[in-house]
Amino acid sequence: MTEIKLTVNGATRNDEVEPRLLLVHYLRETLGLRAANVGCDTTSCGACTVLLDGESVKSCTVLAVQASGRAVTTAEGAVNRDGTLGHVQQAFREEHGLQCGFCTPGMVMAVTSLLAENPDPTEQEVREGLEGNFCRCTGYHNIVRAALNAAAKLRAANDDATSGKAPSDGEVAA
Amino acid sequence: MIPASFDYEVAESTAHALALLAEHGEDAKLLAGGHSLLPMMKIRLAQPAVLIDITRLTGLSGIQIDGDEIVIGATTRHADLASSQILRADAPVLAHAAAQVGDPQIRHRGTIGGSVAHADPSADLPVTLLALGATVEVTGSQGRRSVGIDDFFTGPFETALGPDEILSAIRVPRLGGKPWGYQKFVRRANDWAIVGVAACDGRVALASMGGTPLRAHATEDALRSGATPRDAAALAAVGTSPGADFHADADFREHLARVLTRRALEGRTG
Amino acid sequence: MSILGTRVLRSEDPGFLTVGGVYTEDVQDERLAGALHAHFVRSTVAHARITSIDTVTASQAPGVVAVFTGADLAAAGVQPVKPMMPTMNQAMPQPWLATDTVRFVGEPVAVIVTEHPYQGEDAIELVDVDYEFLPVIVDPRDAEAATDGFLFPAAGTNVAVTFGEAGKLSGDLFAGCDVVASETVINNRVAPAPMESRAAAAVWADGRLTAWIPNQGAQGTKGAICGMLGLDASEVRIITPDVGGAFGAKFGADGEHAVVCWLAREVGRPVRWSETRNENLVAMTHGRAQVQKLTIGGTSDGIVAAYRIEVLQDCGAYPRIGAFLPSLTILMAPGPYNIPRAEAVATSVVTNTTPVGAYRGAGRPEATAAVDRAIDLFAQAAGVDPAEVRRKNLLPRFTEPHTTAFGAKYDSGDYVAALDKALEAAGYDELRAEQRRRREADAPLQLGIGLSSYVEITGPGGEAGGPNENGTVEVHPDGTATILTGTSPHGQGHITVWAMLASEELGIPIDKITVKWGDTDLVPRGGGTGGSRSLQLGGAAVQQASKELLDVARERAAQALEISGADLEFDVDRSAFAVKGDPDTAVPLSRLAEGERLFVRSVFTAPGPTFPFGTHVAVVEVDTETGKVFLRRVVTVDDAGTVINPLLAEGQRHGGIAQGAAQALLEEVVYDSDGNPLTATFADYPFVSATELPSFELVDMATPTSYNPLGAKGIGEAGTIGATPATQNAVIDAVSYLGVTHIDMPTSPQRVWRAIQRAASNGKEA
Repeated sequence: MTEIKLTVNGATRNDEVEPRLLLVHYLRETLGLRAANVGCDTTSCGACTVLLDGESVKSCTVLAVQASGRAVTTAEGAVNRDGTLGHVQQAFREEHGLQCGFCTPGMVMAVTSLLAENPDPTEQEVREGLEGNFCRCTGYHNIVRAALNAAAKLRAANDDATSGKAPSDGEVAA
Repeated sequence: MIPASFDYEVAESTAHALALLAEHGEDAKLLAGGHSLLPMMKIRLAQPAVLIDITRLTGLSGIQIDGDEIVIGATTRHADLASSQILRADAPVLAHAAAQVGDPQIRHRGTIGGSVAHADPSADLPVTLLALGATVEVTGSQGRRSVGIDDFFTGPFETALGPDEILSAIRVPRLGGKPWGYQKFVRRANDWAIVGVAACDGRVALASMGGTPLRAHATEDALRSGATPRDAAALAAVGTSPGADFHADADFREHLARVLTRRALEGRTG
Repeated sequence: MSILGTRVLRSEDPGFLTVGGVYTEDVQDERLAGALHAHFVRSTVAHARITSIDTVTASQAPGVVAVFTGADLAAAGVQPVKPMMPTMNQAMPQPWLATDTVRFVGEPVAVIVTEHPYQGEDAIELVDVDYEFLPVIVDPRDAEAATDGFLFPAAGTNVAVTFGEAGKLSGDLFAGCDVVASETVINNRVAPAPMESRAAAAVWADGRLTAWIPNQGAQGTKGAICGMLGLDASEVRIITPDVGGAFGAKFGADGEHAVVCWLAREVGRPVRWSETRNENLVAMTHGRAQVQKLTIGGTSDGIVAAYRIEVLQDCGAYPRIGAFLPSLTILMAPGPYNIPRAEAVATSVVTNTTPVGAYRGAGRPEATAAVDRAIDLFAQAAGVDPAEVRRKNLLPRFTEPHTTAFGAKYDSGDYVAALDKALEAAGYDELRAEQRRRREADAPLQLGIGLSSYVEITGPGGEAGGPNENGTVEVHPDGTATILTGTSPHGQGHITVWAMLASEELGIPIDKITVKWGDTDLVPRGGGTGGSRSLQLGGAAVQQASKELLDVARERAAQALEISGADLEFDVDRSAFAVKGDPDTAVPLSRLAEGERLFVRSVFTAPGPTFPFGTHVAVVEVDTETGKVFLRRVVTVDDAGTVINPLLAEGQRHGGIAQGAAQALLEEVVYDSDGNPLTATFADYPFVSATELPSFELVDMATPTSYNPLGAKGIGEAGTIGATPATQNAVIDAVSYLGVTHIDMPTSPQRVWRAIQRAASNGKEA
């Protein structure tokens, strides 16, 4: 067993884990954070995507021990402080970017990371940025719309922030 | 879907990592991003008894200019290669190739050292480094040695790296404005190349045309003799031994090698 | 203002977007405390006798509680599952765990139960199975032709069932045709691959089984489990958690589900199971898998006179729903075309591959793909534009039901209008001009335009006397309402739409309406969700129950006010009854639920299935040097009658189009000649990702049906049906000027390139 210490959605965790425990199983089974799903065995589908120090990773291919000393953010942690949907999540809702929901938490985190690196993507850049996230239900059409919608929301929020306008109640800093 | 059990050690220094490798020998594997190793372990194609995590060794990471070369630490991630201003200016084919590896999540974890040590003949970085004429720096208990990239890949998923050695850095020449091209033929964006071509400054390398990435020597010779890209590319498959799978038979791969080499020599990416 | 027809955002979403859906693997229930975990050992060979299974080492591995083989189950009285229809060869039963013979790679041969799931993954490697290889049949043509070496020796044949009379095909069907074209085409085997693989969780308490199983209809799953375990309906409760997609492959129950339920009783503890993606790709039923011999003939100016399709259905190793689906292919064989003489027959055979089941469209995409391929073959042979051929041969607009020669009673249709709208939206003439320009320039990147005009059958099933569906609506004293439905949503948004329908009638806000389904204790009867039935039957039932509830409420209000019900009017905006002309006497609907419960269960019965239709136009670019295809545009008209929530209807179309195009371009299940699956991971199976698809262009058209008060037909499968042939035809169209007449799906670069090479060498020989 190996000791790990990390933050998950802002909260510090100390745990002892088997070295082979996958981060996705640590999140789901040890911490009860079950939004991230396991959809494949070959690091292909992205349903397990979470953020590691703000960057998207496939938590099925990260060992929990590798996350020690790092900060993990899951879909559960992407809501605003008052529990309302964050910008990316709200955009997915508005654009009907989810149907069965299984790929959705991973998609949301992948889009979050994509927009952090590229705040004003083209449709093509969104599609390429989501090449590691599979969806069977939506045909990706509305997921792409959701990403572009979220990009606009985040840019507007950043414009507000840099222009000195205070975030409204419940908003997190982008 | 999950690996067999193993022990996990965190290397606190290069010397520590080498000592652990010496202690465990063939039972141990180095772990950086783990995105070549962990997928194999999850389907139990690899079952090392010990994983030695080297990500705390900051000296193994980073991109720096060193005279007329660029030195890239082994644990530098693909995402950082892709966004590196140094690489974009002085080895753009490598920055481009790194941006093609897998998908964004994979690029946030996978490293150049891991990819080169893994030596998948279909992968993006090995073929690109072959086209660049890179040098691999290896650190062992006896000190450092350099291996030319032409001698580094010895077979499918096999390299000149010893079981007690660490691939510590990659050196590539600074090629600035020299013409380059890169072609990766896939059916889906995050697939491995059915055939891949990296071309840079007269060197042409092929992926998925044999057990290792291969130099297209006949094409290079023709170019040196003044042949046009089209005529030189017609020789791209000479000396190759492509396999066959349900995506492509050997003859189709040979055809693709010729077409894609011509496009790479024309400076195209795709 | 009616809420129907508006883009209401889904009530389902906030949960999915934050804490995530609660799929079977996520379910936390005190009844499952201390659950064990089941893992299956699966065959690594395609056809063999099992000579021995050594489970001793595995049984001693850490955490192993029990190990069972097929022999253990048989000794305990477990029976294999007979083919679902009596007309199918009954000598082809499927055991839950293979007993003496394995017939496909991935067939379960043993099951291990462990304390922790990781231990199960370790333990299954320790089971040693000895196989005596038997000859493998992978191609259904070989299966049909075989005279010995049958998969089921007792059956004396590999034929599971036939449809139509192959012996009665007319020898002169094409007599008099100026132009006859024929081709044998493959409708490729694909994997449904929902993002959530199969799973189950089961517990026995007080002599009763409670099982959580992802499904497309809890009632059907319960029936299957009862049948397999020999249980009475009162002994079983099926609960349906959130389901991560299904696409036809989660109907009823598979052997693995039955094993998990059986294990829970056998070991006396709850048992859970989640399959890996690798298992899913080899052991969940596959889709399509037909070889189709097509012949079409007509006049030289493009009027079709005759069409024949001979289907060879690959059932996989055991006849499941897949064996039956060719009957739907036959039923829909002529599609929307007016074909004076048409024949269709089918044979379903077993092979040493994964069993074939339903997959989005289930038998109808195969019909459309065939007839639209045939139309294009005919058009090319006759030298007439394929859009023109379609226009000339589509059935003219009809508003009264039209019965085809195959017995399908199309309810309403306006096929030519759908074609024209699609062509106009696509800019067909400009596309053809661009194509001409590129051909003249011999451009390496050629343009292809492909069409499909389809009609499909939706809305089957339900209780006896179907097609029908039940809905229960209850209004509570606190002003909220609950709906119980016999449908089984897994992404379609029934919570939102059923609430819209009830809200429209009752005036109760959508966010005060709860929708429940999928628990057989709560909703004992229902037809589930599949065949695009839910809105036209289940939604209609909700609307009907709501209206009937108002009738009941009106009577209560009348009694309470001591007046006649006819003197009351219902003000939906206030959700209250008031005396006509005296709004101050309002009695809220909720108040009428005080004292005695206010609910109605209603069954809506339709006169028959409905027939949505449309036209798809696909535009591709083909790199003629490499064969690679780029899908640039898909323009669709999908007329499924009245649209209740356009946002959700569009989503269904998008998803269907993506799957349909994926089958044409990318996806295929591949076996080598030994029956080893080569596409058994998501890295190998070419599951379509966002980079291979464009955004789609949807054109609205709604021709209502008279078969339900909503005017709605089924939309869920339409996209899949039209997109496949449109995309395939587009690829072939791109290189038809080089002499190519056909390319099988998926149109991989190699297939396209080889077709170009072949046509070039044929041209040289000619």
